[in-house]
Amino acid sequence: MSRIAKRFAQLKADQRAGLVTYITAGDPDVDISYQILKGLPAAGADLIELGMPFTDPMADGPSIQLAGQRALKAGMTIDKTFDMVRRFRKETGDNDTPILLMGYYNLVYQRGADKFCKDAAAAGVDGFILVDLPPEEADELKPFAEANGLDTVLLTAPTTDDKRLPAVLKYSSGFVYFVSVLGITGTRSATEEAVQTHVARIRRHTKLPIGVGFGIRTPDQAAAVARHADAAVVGTAIIDRVKAGLDDKGKAKPDLVPGVFAYIRALAEGVRGVRKA
Amino acid sequence: MVTSSSPNSFRTGPDERGHFGIFGGRYVAETLMPLILELETAYNAAKADPAFQDELDYLLEHYAGRPSPLYYAKRLTEQLGGAKIYLKRDELNHTGSHKINNVLGQVLMAKRMGKTRVIAETGAGQHGVATATACALFDIPCVVFMGSVDVERQSPNVFRMKMLGAEVRPVTAGSSTLKDAMNEALRDWVATCENTFYCIGTVAGPHPYPAMVRDFQCVIGNETRQQMMKAEGRLPDTLVACIGGGSNAMGLFHPFLDDKGIRIIGVEAAGHGIETGEHAASLSGGRPGVLHGNRTYLLQDKEGQITEAHSISAGLDYPGIGPEHSWLKEMGRVEYASATDNEALEAFALLCKLEGIIPALESSHALAHVMKLAPTLPKDNLLVMNLSGRGDKDVPQVAARMGMKIES
Repeated sequence: MSRIAKRFAQLKADQRAGLVTYITAGDPDVDISYQILKGLPAAGADLIELGMPFTDPMADGPSIQLAGQRALKAGMTIDKTFDMVRRFRKETGDNDTPILLMGYYNLVYQRGADKFCKDAAAAGVDGFILVDLPPEEADELKPFAEANGLDTVLLTAPTTDDKRLPAVLKYSSGFVYFVSVLGITGTRSATEEAVQTHVARIRRHTKLPIGVGFGIRTPDQAAAVARHADAAVVGTAIIDRVKAGLDDKGKAKPDLVPGVFAYIRALAEGVRGVRKA
Repeated sequence: MVTSSSPNSFRTGPDERGHFGIFGGRYVAETLMPLILELETAYNAAKADPAFQDELDYLLEHYAGRPSPLYYAKRLTEQLGGAKIYLKRDELNHTGSHKINNVLGQVLMAKRMGKTRVIAETGAGQHGVATATACALFDIPCVVFMGSVDVERQSPNVFRMKMLGAEVRPVTAGSSTLKDAMNEALRDWVATCENTFYCIGTVAGPHPYPAMVRDFQCVIGNETRQQMMKAEGRLPDTLVACIGGGSNAMGLFHPFLDDKGIRIIGVEAAGHGIETGEHAASLSGGRPGVLHGNRTYLLQDKEGQITEAHSISAGLDYPGIGPEHSWLKEMGRVEYASATDNEALEAFALLCKLEGIIPALESSHALAHVMKLAPTLPKDNLLVMNLSGRGDKDVPQVAARMGMKIES
């Protein structure tokens, strides 16, 4: 059983939903980014998405675009991203919290899907969320991910109808990521009713856990998603806390890391406050 | 990764998944996938519907002014002293470039699909102007995304778009040029896909765009065949066109790909020179990668981060190229050359002087290569260069480059 599957099994046993937190690797620099990564589980993150900065993040709003630019400017690379994960596993001894790499396919393709999967697995990565690799192209990656015990979390959207869902699910493992709104990251939020309807619809097609993301900014919104889905995913709002912790010169102020953790603790409380049968 | 033996035809692609060899495909966010599949179905239906083609043909003839002339450039030919040079005058189209050919087709598709809003990206502004024009004609709200650097250097076109009722949104992300405009258009589309049609300006993007845009642009090559037969009683020997994304080139080339004796050359923008690293020549200086919905040659660093292109021509200033060009390069059917900023400027000046035609800086790159190539060819070599756009939009930029001020 993969770390992701184990984590969702545990959440189910605990009768609660999980909190998935996104940070961009290397934002605002490698050191601070690692400090945040290291403390995420203690702050209440059940799963971690580590964004691989990319020059052309077509599905992301301004917050995550700028986070990627900060990281690239600070010299972030794929090797350093793998190093962060390796260091996390070694220094924290946390062998349970799943870490997924999130980003765009070109970075995988340039290393070679086979080598990328091998290197990722060796570093302690558990899976991928690749925004621009829909099921139509996913067979480029899937065999190598499987061979290395990595999950592939594909996205489903409000536009993914019942006819199309099976194609998406065919390549999905670990969990299914439901993008709850039409749009890029961090711009709008779905209503609880819409989340409920879509989650119920997706459940009719799969036994995989369902994570819901895009537009979750407050503990209340996270709780609302937790009432229906198996996990709430928060990204932009966390990145905004990172940005708020930077001074005029883009350097981290002393309260950056504690500020991010305080915010994540509040989100986690929101999610954990929802008891599930 | 290189495809092996030569196919019987170079004109049958893409396959049903939108691939030309390893190139092309549909690398887009899931939110857009259903829309792209819907477009493919709708386009296939339109292709099979004579009424669609009739309406498009009518607009091309009576609105855009096609066919565009195939003009024997006598003075240019004499000056260069080699091949007999014909210019395919697509700069005479309504709106001043080949872009209108594709836009009329896509806006008819938007209407057919019941979309009530059109978005587009633009570099030089030629595609933006064409889209704004067609949207005015069909009374559809239009938003054009344009890098802020391009807004600056192609200001006449920005004003034209606004006059035509389009909203121009300057894009300040990344390098603030064409690739960033395309990112922003895709971001808009993800949020608005239910009512919005994305009118892509070149033979790139996710399938079916590369094939659809090519089909709409093939009117250039199809006319050239007939016109050359009429003028010379035979097909041309050499075809030359400039390449940014590659739509004017594909439109000229595609109908001739299976005519084995014809030499076909695409000219990329070499900026300050390929060796300087400051250029926009994806095929000469890049390698295959995935961006903007397709796999194709891209300018990128070792890890796959996209690097900034450079060209004096905003329309060529793009780090990628249409996937079918990548395939044709690997198959060896089309040759790809390049011309620098300075060579293009020289060509620009030459055409003004010899033929009384102000070419777009984009098309000037093709001419710069013709200036090198034509003198090496025999006098009976029939060379067609696609004069894809007119240069009025470039006048302020060229004047500034020459140290001249435009004053009334």
